[in-house]
Amino acid sequence: MSKRATRAAFGLALAQLALENENVVALSADLANSVKSSAMKKVAPERHFNFGIAEANMIGAAAGMAANGKIPYATSFAMFASGRAFDQVRNMVGYPHLNVKICASHSGLSAVENGATHQALEDMALMRAIPGMTVIQPCDDIETQQAVKAISEYDGPVYLRLGRNAVEDVNDADYQFQLGKGVIMHQGSSPITMFATGAMVQQSLEALELLKEKEIDPTLINIHTIKPLDEQLVLEYARKSDFIVSLEEHSIIGGLGSAIAEVTAANCPTRQLFIGTDDVYGESGRYEQLLDKFGLSAAAVAERISAFSKR
Amino acid sequence: MSELSEHANNIRKNILKMIHHAQSGHPGGSLSCTDILTALYFSVMNINKENINDVQRDKLVLSKGHASAGLYATLAEKGLISEEELLTYSQLGSRLQGHPNMNELPGVDMSTGSLGQGLSAAVGMCLANKLDGNGFRTYVICGDGEIQEGQIWEAAMSAGHYHLDNLLLFVDHNRLQSDGFNSEVMEIESIGAKFAAFNWNVLSCDGHDVDALVAVAKYAASCKGMPTVVIAETIKGKGVSFMEDQPDWHGKAPDDAQLAQALAELGGEQ
Ligand SMILES: Cc1ncc(C[n+]2csc(CCOP(=O)(O)OP(=O)(O)O)c2C)c(N)n1
Ligand SMILES: [Mg+2]
Repeated sequence: MSKRATRAAFGLALAQLALENENVVALSADLANSVKSSAMKKVAPERHFNFGIAEANMIGAAAGMAANGKIPYATSFAMFASGRAFDQVRNMVGYPHLNVKICASHSGLSAVENGATHQALEDMALMRAIPGMTVIQPCDDIETQQAVKAISEYDGPVYLRLGRNAVEDVNDADYQFQLGKGVIMHQGSSPITMFATGAMVQQSLEALELLKEKEIDPTLINIHTIKPLDEQLVLEYARKSDFIVSLEEHSIIGGLGSAIAEVTAANCPTRQLFIGTDDVYGESGRYEQLLDKFGLSAAAVAERISAFSKR
Repeated sequence: MSELSEHANNIRKNILKMIHHAQSGHPGGSLSCTDILTALYFSVMNINKENINDVQRDKLVLSKGHASAGLYATLAEKGLISEEELLTYSQLGSRLQGHPNMNELPGVDMSTGSLGQGLSAAVGMCLANKLDGNGFRTYVICGDGEIQEGQIWEAAMSAGHYHLDNLLLFVDHNRLQSDGFNSEVMEIESIGAKFAAFNWNVLSCDGHDVDALVAVAKYAASCKGMPTVVIAETIKGKGVSFMEDQPDWHGKAPDDAQLAQALAELGGEQ
């Protein structure tokens, strides 16, 4: 099984896309090497613009490029792309519905030792609240590469959430990414459905193995597109479930869990276990330690689902 | 070696040990501001065990928070934290977070990590000190890549406007940032002329001459009516031959052999 960080997959796909589509441009804010847009610099250096440590200006310039027909991929860490430049994203990209792709790496806890100031645990909430913004978080190499291309074919603003650390492939080689469509990763026999996004898909797959030993066999669905949410699929499975579980490397306030609850509350109120960080900042540590501490590791997930099923 | 240079040398060795132990951190930018930190903590700022928890005193805002290892090693050299604690740097549960957290560790005067924000906080501290008429001074260290942030220039404008002569900013002018040389990533020159245009007193100094840094800081305190910026000419990775001026060593930890060589260059274990 190959292992690649979604930010690395992003760089490869962006470079390929730049060769295929001459309207594709990349913008970076002194993090081209970290977010991996540097890969595109090698094949189309004249279409790769570094703005220095100036995220607000970078997003504003991306809006201008989009207004002039380009397809800008604007890159930074999730913290600074969504936080530092929030007003620019909302008012210069969201409001005019411009074709800017905001590609944000080191999301969630994956900024590891850098600690709380770099761990974006609120970015999906912020981006999701912007009318017309599409929010996507791929879970592995192949899904990322396809998403990078798919969003170039969609005309409108997108927030693509990427991780720093290598993740295992969880999708097969013939996988087909479809914007807005959830993916059933495992069809279980227990009346429980897990909805996971990004790196939590892999943790969930491992949790399924642990739950098997307890004779709990939930269904697992990968929600790569947090907005627009695959409401039909969410409701179909909520109706079949005693309870549902949302799993995200993000605050439980405003992210995937909230998006799901907004839909189920109105149509089929369902008990929900929210797995994510619980209204706290992150901190420095190794990735596995942090997942454990915040209850997001496979072991913690299995434990929490098992406990919730007894409530 | 002068006493001050000896402190700086010890701080450099601890920076390398911490980053090596954590296998995480920013050696280049920590080593480039070590002499500035040494001058401030051992000769300029009034800070010690007795006043460390005071709300009002001389303060430092390490705006380039990724140089946290430099700050922590300086606090240890000053006897404010233990050398053993340094080895918990950026590990789970440590007070020594990857970027400084003012609620965790006495001696960290402002939480930083998102670049370009520290100068604004210092402006606020200086305004508060003026209101209180207490004569304390506020020091800031910014990176030269960091000052590409627009907020820096908003802060510069306000410091000039309010005549904050109790503010001293050091720009760690090592000519490098994350993606390479400033001049290739985003030209920031001429730094002095930009601050002068916002009504700042502009000085420059060899950023590795601790005595000169002390002298320039003391001189700045006598300049009334405007804030002062010192453009400190530095070398990223200063003191370790294979790190000096190398873009690669911005955010990378040395391995065992590299640590051994670096420590040897700095005069060995003692
Ligand atoms: C707002 C923001 N954008 C990006 C980063 C990521 N980052 C950390 S250090 C760095 C480069 C800093 O360069 P410089 O200010 O010159 O520091 P030095 O050379 O002294 O290390 C970047 C881009 C950040 N911490 N904050
Ligand atoms: Mg620099």
